[in-house]
Amino acid sequence: MARPLSATNDFVVKFANVNGSGSASANGLFVKAILRMGVPVAARNIFPSNIQGLPTWYEIRVSGQGWLGRRGGVDLMVAMNPQTWDRDLAEIEPGGYLFYDSTKPLPPEKFRPDITVVGVPLTRICNAAYAEPSKRKVLKNIIYLGALTFLLGIERPVVETLLSEEYASKPALIPANIEALALGFDWARENLKPLGLKLERADAVGDRIFVDGNTAAALGAVYGGATVCAWYPITPSTSLAEAFTDYCKTLRHDPETGEARYAIVQAEDEIASIGVVVGAGWNGARAFTCTSGPGVSLMQEFIGLSYFAEIPAVIFDVQRGGPSTGMPTRTQQSDVLSAAYASHGDTKHVLLLPEGPGECFELGAQAFDLADRLQTMVFVMLDLDMGMNEWLTAPFAWDDRRKLDRGKVMTAQMLEAGADFGRYKDVDGDGIPYRTYPATHPSKGAYFTRGTSRDPYARYSEEGAVYVDNMERLLRKFETAKSLVPAPVHRAAKKKTGYGVIYYGSTSPAMDEALAQLEARGLHLDALRLRAFPFAGEVFDFIAKHELVFVVEQNRDAQLRALLINEGGVDPARLVKVLNYDGSPITARYIAGELAKGMGAADVAPTGEMAK
Amino acid sequence: MTYIAKPAFHHPSLQKNALGFTRRDYEGKVSTLCAGCGHDSISAAIVQACFEIDLEPHRLAKLSGIGCSSKTPDYFLGASHGFNTVHGRMPSVLTGANLANRELIYLGVSGDGDSASIGLGQFAHVMRRGVNMTYIVENNGVYGLTKGQFSATADKGSKSKKGVVNSDAGIDMVALALQLGASFVARSFSGDKDQLAPLIKAALTHKGAAFIDVLSPCIAFNNHKGSTKSFDWVREHNEAVNRLDVLLGRLPVTTQYEPGELVEVQQHDGSLLMLRKVAADYDPTDRVRAMSYLQERQAAGEIVTGLLYVDPDADDLHDALGTVHRPLNQLSDRELTPGAAALAGINAALR
Ligand SMILES: Cc1ncc(C[n+]2csc(CCOP(=O)(O)OP(=O)(O)O)c2C)c(N)n1
Repeated sequence: MARPLSATNDFVVKFANVNGSGSASANGLFVKAILRMGVPVAARNIFPSNIQGLPTWYEIRVSGQGWLGRRGGVDLMVAMNPQTWDRDLAEIEPGGYLFYDSTKPLPPEKFRPDITVVGVPLTRICNAAYAEPSKRKVLKNIIYLGALTFLLGIERPVVETLLSEEYASKPALIPANIEALALGFDWARENLKPLGLKLERADAVGDRIFVDGNTAAALGAVYGGATVCAWYPITPSTSLAEAFTDYCKTLRHDPETGEARYAIVQAEDEIASIGVVVGAGWNGARAFTCTSGPGVSLMQEFIGLSYFAEIPAVIFDVQRGGPSTGMPTRTQQSDVLSAAYASHGDTKHVLLLPEGPGECFELGAQAFDLADRLQTMVFVMLDLDMGMNEWLTAPFAWDDRRKLDRGKVMTAQMLEAGADFGRYKDVDGDGIPYRTYPATHPSKGAYFTRGTSRDPYARYSEEGAVYVDNMERLLRKFETAKSLVPAPVHRAAKKKTGYGVIYYGSTSPAMDEALAQLEARGLHLDALRLRAFPFAGEVFDFIAKHELVFVVEQNRDAQLRALLINEGGVDPARLVKVLNYDGSPITARYIAGELAKGMGAADVAPTGEMAK
Repeated sequence: MTYIAKPAFHHPSLQKNALGFTRRDYEGKVSTLCAGCGHDSISAAIVQACFEIDLEPHRLAKLSGIGCSSKTPDYFLGASHGFNTVHGRMPSVLTGANLANRELIYLGVSGDGDSASIGLGQFAHVMRRGVNMTYIVENNGVYGLTKGQFSATADKGSKSKKGVVNSDAGIDMVALALQLGASFVARSFSGDKDQLAPLIKAALTHKGAAFIDVLSPCIAFNNHKGSTKSFDWVREHNEAVNRLDVLLGRLPVTTQYEPGELVEVQQHDGSLLMLRKVAADYDPTDRVRAMSYLQERQAAGEIVTGLLYVDPDADDLHDALGTVHRPLNQLSDRELTPGAAALAGINAALR
């Protein structure tokens, strides 16, 4: 019998629910209440690709120290789904807690001897209080919220305030919810003792906001000046287009006429979505689509056109588990290679790699500047974990002096002044030519855009030398991109070390914690977080400076590592793969274990299965 | 270089339009299509139409897919921006371009392979969205550029040059456009410029999705006996429902038509479509009637041409979206970026 766990402001709670049971709202309130008590929280939805009836989980990391990745393991399982009972039970840490609906007694073999079982007869309490089935269904969730409020020491008035805010638009529902909360709270107070896991008010949240990456990226698109959005529904990217629509409704109407300063089209498919984006980009508007891997596959031909005809365009790729339909509601970082080299022929595209909602906003806005500056396709690579889960992040910031960079656009005045306009001429040696928007000038500056090879004056040509010149210029442009894309973030170890680690995107919060854990055990690594492709020279300097560099990513084939080897001519033996690809977000425990193993330190952390 | 420059010489006595442009100002590069190709006649009709409606060449954007027909935008309106996109997917690109700047005039040029096969989906959706454009399909019933395969508009039972009989039913793009909600639907024949040029004029002045199906025989692969898209076949089976003239709003309404057999349709921009009825009972503003008339005549083996349907009060996609009148690509940073103060409010709502 393991000793019951005891911890303050530092534990993992997991809710096992049934999809469609209305639990999302209660679970969300639980998280918000902890945040309002000033304690940092990270929350992750784990849900099936179906509408109703299948298991769903909500995993909450409470961390007074501020770790926002997944830790691994579960300290308190709120087991509300009999279907998944056995596996939920197995996930509980030794000494952990099981919370369940004890209305129907269960035989002892349904429990584990090394955990503490907390039974609350939720159905009985609920049915005694409510006759209507609809009320029974939703309020049962609030009853368990009430019981947990007591058991974990959550401040009850905080939850009550949240309930009032939640139902501000339907005030009639407020008293019923507050009453249900009391039912659970009072029953637990009268019959149970608080758990060893508890919450105490702290001041560790500060002014941070709680938001998902898709919402943040959509807001980035608004601030980045995007006016045209064409999209086709696909999980996990749909909410990005929906958030863009919502923000445009409040932020982008002409105050006098009420007219929209944007156009959003739900297209018939992904091919049409990207076609609209390319057309709008060609005509001087900032345009984007959002999609996921299957959509990017369909867009390939247009992506090549954008690259070769040099048309600005932005794709937010919210990655999910592939290949094919794979695991549509699970997370991966598995579109890295297919985005970097998307389409046929020789192509390379700019990728931006945000680490969370804060950068989804920042890089989401910057993507449009880069697309215009480089006149090319820019991918912003999110993933389901970052896109659909709410993360604690620094408040969004915007400098009102910031100007949108429209890139090299030749105006009527410049043409009138006699500028020699050659659409594909490398005037400045940076590989980036000038373009004109259609209708710029009555007699100058018009050109014919095509995917076919052409000379610097946009005249059709299939001559080998002309084609090669153009392709070389596109490489020069890609070289220029290196200095324009966001630089990697370097973090030096406290002690000199021959080990380095490279990672990107949603791996970031778990990596922060893993590095701290390793450091506490005397294992030091320098870390480099990549924020863009093409890779700046300093990425390869970093690799050169270390004997061994771990590349941590969330896919099977070590795609980022492949890209590093291919683009930098790195000796593959020096890049060690650390891969998590079972569809659930990577954990600090897993990273720390794998890195420790790779550094030759045995027995440093439990490695176990991939995502635990 | 495969590009052929045209001599810049202008004859001083060339006729000028109200803007002072000559017909030459509406021309493009020298065509590289086969001599006698129906597509070149369509380009000539486009040139004539744009000249006659006093269109400023640079205010038109011409977009196409891939195919012989889709190459033609390079051969007219050299002062306009052109975009030769990907096979069959021009409609979405045109939609995006139109959203970015609603003030320009959009001309989409496509082939029957481009629009009725690979691009059928995009064709359907650009029509149902009411994108303000003129969409011309240069319909020869074959894939010209890939040398003679049947396209989806080839009639069932028609023969290829090699003698193969087409066993699939043909798609009638006009019937489709009517069904999909296009607000201007016409058919013509590349060998009948007198009918075609006015139709293009009317389509360019129309607000909404205007579609013209132009039968354009392919002299290399589809102008033989057994083809139902050959010059001879179309001439023999052509049944014009009306003859059209377009009068711009500012011009005095004078006409050579006899009263009594005329239908006048006023469009949103004031231009007047004058239709001389050939088929006495034909009403071009009745969509349902147009659809059944088309089917009846087709059953009788006739190819109906002329202005088949027009809704002079049509809305376009921008009306549906409620977009600002100023082009989206001209909005300033301040109009687009809500600023730091708005962001502070958003942050507060996320705590
Ligand atoms: C994705 C793709 N598939 C196939 C082709 C090859 N292709 C080029 S043109 C063409 C058909 C053109 O036929 P149509 O649109 O009828 O035009 P036409 O040449 O007859 O005027 C095809 C199949 C292509 N360019 N792209």
